[in-house]
Order: sequence, then C-alpha cells, then structure tokens
Amino acid sequence: MTKKIDDTTRYERLRERMGNGDIDRRSFLGLLGAAGITTGLSGGMMTTMARQARAAGTELHFEGWGGVVSEALRKNAFDPYEAASGNTVIDATFGGENEVLTKIKAAGNTEGHNILHSSGVSWYKRWVDNDMHSTLNEANIPNMSNVMTAMTDAFRKITPDGLSAVPYNYGTTGIAYNTKYISPEKAKELGANLLLDPSLKGKIGGWGGDWANRAWYGALQSGQDPNNIQDWDAVWDKARAHRDLVLKYWSSGAELMDLLAKEEIYVTEAWSGRVAALQAQGHPIAYMDPPNGLAWMESMFVLKGSPMEAAEELLNFMLDPATSIAVASGQKYPSALDPTKVKMPADVQALPAFDPTGKLETLVFRDPSTWNPEEKAQSKTWNRVQKGG
Amino acid sequence: MSDQSLPADRRPWILLSPALVFITALVVVPMAFILVYSFYENIDLAQDVPAFQFGNWQELLTDSYYRTAIWKTLRLSLIVTGLAAVLGYIPAYVIAMTRYRHKWLLLLLLIIPFWISFIIRTLSWIHIFGNQGALNGLLGLLGLTEAPLSIMYTEFTVIVGFIHVFLPYMILNIYVSLEGIDQNLEPAARTLGATPWQAFREVTLPLSLPGLAAGCLLVFVLTGGSYVTPLILGGPSDFLFGNLVYDAVVTELNWPMGATLSFALLLFLGSVVVLYSKLMGMDQLSKAFGR
Repeated sequence: MTKKIDDTTRYERLRERMGNGDIDRRSFLGLLGAAGITTGLSGGMMTTMARQARAAGTELHFEGWGGVVSEALRKNAFDPYEAASGNTVIDATFGGENEVLTKIKAAGNTEGHNILHSSGVSWYKRWVDNDMHSTLNEANIPNMSNVMTAMTDAFRKITPDGLSAVPYNYGTTGIAYNTKYISPEKAKELGANLLLDPSLKGKIGGWGGDWANRAWYGALQSGQDPNNIQDWDAVWDKARAHRDLVLKYWSSGAELMDLLAKEEIYVTEAWSGRVAALQAQGHPIAYMDPPNGLAWMESMFVLKGSPMEAAEELLNFMLDPATSIAVASGQKYPSALDPTKVKMPADVQALPAFDPTGKLETLVFRDPSTWNPEEKAQSKTWNRVQKGG
Repeated sequence: MSDQSLPADRRPWILLSPALVFITALVVVPMAFILVYSFYENIDLAQDVPAFQFGNWQELLTDSYYRTAIWKTLRLSLIVTGLAAVLGYIPAYVIAMTRYRHKWLLLLLLIIPFWISFIIRTLSWIHIFGNQGALNGLLGLLGLTEAPLSIMYTEFTVIVGFIHVFLPYMILNIYVSLEGIDQNLEPAARTLGATPWQAFREVTLPLSLPGLAAGCLLVFVLTGGSYVTPLILGGPSDFLFGNLVYDAVVTELNWPMGATLSFALLLFLGSVVVLYSKLMGMDQLSKAFGR
C-alpha cells in the first residue's frame, strides 16, 4: 500500500532532492509547475510555493577589501557561483575588519554580515573570542583537501573542534618604490630604512590602519626581531621618525594605489598584490620584501548566524582550483591551494611571495602569542604617534 | 483674561510636541546611553564591562593629547568659519540685491552641489590639487612651474574641503537675512549723505548680522564635529577631535573611551551654542530666517 503524502511534504522532498543535486533546478520548477496544474490549485498553496522556490535563492553578504581584490572575486568567483547556484552574493567593502566588528556590536547581531575576507590569524582569534564565529562542516567543502596544511593548521590551533573559515590567499607587506626616483640598488642597500630616508621627505607614505604593521617595520628599523620585540620605545621612536617624513598615511588598498600611481609618494610599505596590480598597469613601481618582511594569510571567515549550507557551497566553489587560480591571477595574491597538489599557472607562480613548496617556511608571519597581548596598549600608542604624539 | 489666553499659551508646546518627541527619542535618549557607556570599562579590545568609574573621564581631563585635539579643532573651526563668513557674504549679498528676474536659478546653483555625495565632492579635490591634478597641470602648461607643487594632504586642502562643503550653509543663512531687510534703507542712508560703503557698514551689515551669526554657528559646529574631511584631504598632523572618537571606537575598539570623547565633543560644541545664545540671544536665530 502506498502511503499518501500531502502537498507540503511532497514539496519539501522535492526541494531536498534538488538540494542534494538529484534533480536540477529547472526540473524542480517544472515538477512544481506540473503539480500545480494537475492539482488545479491555481492561486493555492502549490503556486505560492512555486513562487517561493523561484525566489528561494539564498542571499550571502560578503565584505572584502575593495578595488582589484573585490573585482577579481566578483568576476571570477561570485558571478559564476550565482549563475550556477541561483544564490546571490551581495558584496561590500571595508577598510578593515574593525569596521565590521563595530557595526555588528552597534547592531547587536550579525544580520547582513555573513562572510568576511578576513586578515590573518589575529582577526580569526578576535572573531572567535567575541563569539561571532560559526563552525563549518568541512564535509561540505571537499576542495579543502587541496588547501595548504600550513595555513589550515594556524587556524585549527585556535578552533580545534572545527574551522570557522577557509584559508584563501596569502601575501606580504613589503616596500614599494618608484624606480624613476629610487634605484633598486639604493632600495636594496637601505631595506626597511628606505622608509626613513630624509631625502624623500614628503614623498613617503605609510599604512595608517594597522598598528601592528607600523610596529613590525619599527622593529625591523630598530634592529629587533618583530616576533620578539623587547624595546617598544625604540619601535615607536622609529615610527615617529617615519611620521615626520610622511606625506600621507593611506587607509585602503585603493588609496595606496592612487598615491603611488599619481606619484604623490615615491615609497611606502605596500601590499604585494596591489603593487603587482600597479605593475600590470605599467607603472614604474618596484617591490621588495626586506629581510624578515611581514607575511600574512587571509581567509574567508563565516560569521555566526549565516546560512551555513549556502556559505559552505560558496566556499567550496571558491576553492575549486579553476576558481581559486582565476581569483589569484586577478587579485595578484597567491592562492591558498597547495602548489604541490594543484598545478599553478606561470602568472601565479610569478606573484610576489609565491611559495612553490606549499609549506610557507620561507615567510615570516605574526606570532599571535606575542602580538595579541600587546594590541590594546600598542594600538592606542600608535594612534597617538600617528597624530604627532 | 488669563483664562482666555491660556489655550493660546499652550499652542506652541502642542505644535512643538512632535519635534520634541523625536528629539527626545533620537537625540536625548541615545546621548544618555552614550553618557552611561562612558562610565563602562574596556578590559580588552571590543570587550567592555558595565561599571561606574571615572577612568575614561580622568584620562580625558588629564591627558594633554586630548587638549591638543580640542585646540586644533577650535582653531580650524574658527579659521573655516571666518573664511566662510567672508567668502559667503559676497555671493549672498549679490543674490539678495540682484534685480535678475530668475533669482531662483542662482539659489538653485547653490543647492546643486548637495545632489552629489559629500565624499565624492571631497575626493574631487585630489584631482584638482594633486601632483597630476588640474591646477598643477595648468601651471605646468603655462610654464610657471618646473615640478608639480605639493599642495595635497596639508591643512590648506583640509580648509578648502571644509569651505567647499559648508559654504552653501553660510550663504543661505546670510541671504535669508539680507532678503528680510527693507531695500529702501540703503538708498535712504545714501540720501542722508552716507557713502555706499558707509551705508552698507552702518545699515545693511548690522541688520544682516543675525543671518551671519547663524551661518557662523552652523559652520563652526559642522566643522568641529567633522572627521572625514581631514581623513581624506589631510596629512598626519591634520586631525580634529572627531578623529579621536573614530580611533577610539573603530580602531581601538574601546567604546567606553569613544563614548567619553563623543560626549565631551557634544559638551564642547554645546557650549559654543550656549555662548552664541548669551551673546546673540537665541531669538536672533528666528530673525535670521526673516521672522
């Protein structure tokens, strides 16, 4: 005897089958329409549900760094994902994750915030500490198997019971300089101290948005190991010396590129991918990583309260080798995929900071155990130093 | 007699009540929350605990860093207000006194900039004063300079940015005040032997002072509460008190200190309004609008 099921159960089963990939979206809508016609319920429940199904695509709110990075993600990841899934990715930009945290705190919930292009292990820990993290079902992200374990391990140490993000790319913050005014020989000779060259006064820039970035360079300039700073006064003295030579502290990648391209500044610390983008545009900008230069990794962080299945589907799509490589080529930052498992094209291999071993042992990252405890006091000091204090 | 006048006395309050309700709900209550938050304690980044302690206020009052910021804010606001008053009076006078039939067109020209985003208008100065901007391009074309002048990211560009944005507020206030002046007064002064300059100085200028003062108050308060313009157009040392609020709330994730600074800024700008009220009388504001 066949058990009779109601229309709602039939609809739910149908939708589940579509979710599992057993039937495609077109067949699903066709079956719904046929069911609606056969039951003669025009204007009734089936029609309503069919209408809901057509508009059932989930909305995912993404926030990232803007400029060429956002363009690369939109073109190579979000647009193809939307076409394939029927879901929508609404992308916005931020100057830093602190802006997002401030908005979420002010709103009292994470509504309108789902996935962040999150920077580094420190911010991963901050989201976790503020109980704003999700737990990904890695079984839904099979492409995670291609990600470098050197990157996943760093995040897994913080949340051993499950990741809240997938590593996505990495890069360095080195020194960009205009070769019309500064020779490569001089840049190599001075290293991090190129940012303190008095002859370049008024033509030097710096990133104003991150105290740790300034402190890292202050440590290099004062001859200290950035992951073991003993003399913070010496660090800030170097930051003050830099400040007195600076024309402008930039606050976004787009502003950095604008200042360099328009020759408002000749030298600044800079994000490797942004410089590669300038070079691709034909600007005479060179890039160097000084010894012990700062490396960082970025992840796609999923916030608490997000539609997890859709988010995991998007992350898996983004980690697909074809997508990930296309994004890496576009945003000019190497992909988090292990190059020993996934063959990278020549243009990705040529990107600054690219590590062919997939172990990232040649790059120096911030050690959160030494940097995080200093953040409250030192970020305040930096804000004062930046303003003449 | 008093019985009959009572309903009339209540009418202003009845008419004001919707505005008062909105102001209470949208200004007074949030500011009260901010005041309460200023006594909380920030134990780590983005982690605040309810408390009743004066640590944030003590830091504000004893740290010279904040006094410097107040001084810079006061100084820059006065400069912008002074320049806006001088630069704004002339077009306001021209618009008020012109016999041009389509005066509305001139007023429309004043309002048109408001149709464009404030941020876009501010950013546009980079394309005018920048190394490869219009001004340096023109100077180079005329052979007046060999290398581009470094104009951007200075106090000058911050002042220009402020005046550009706030000038229409000044012009409109002065214009409304000038419009309310009897146009026969200046000719009358002239017939009594005054020179054109004397007639303006002794008759028109004093009568337009309420509008000028209202415009000054508005520009001063708007400048004093700003933080975006110095962020975009200024160099490292060009900041206002509002930038410290931004630093505390957004970059240091220290809301209690941000709340303290916000409330201090409110008190600072509020004291300017009180001072205005003492010097000019708040009733002068209504005169500025021709009543």
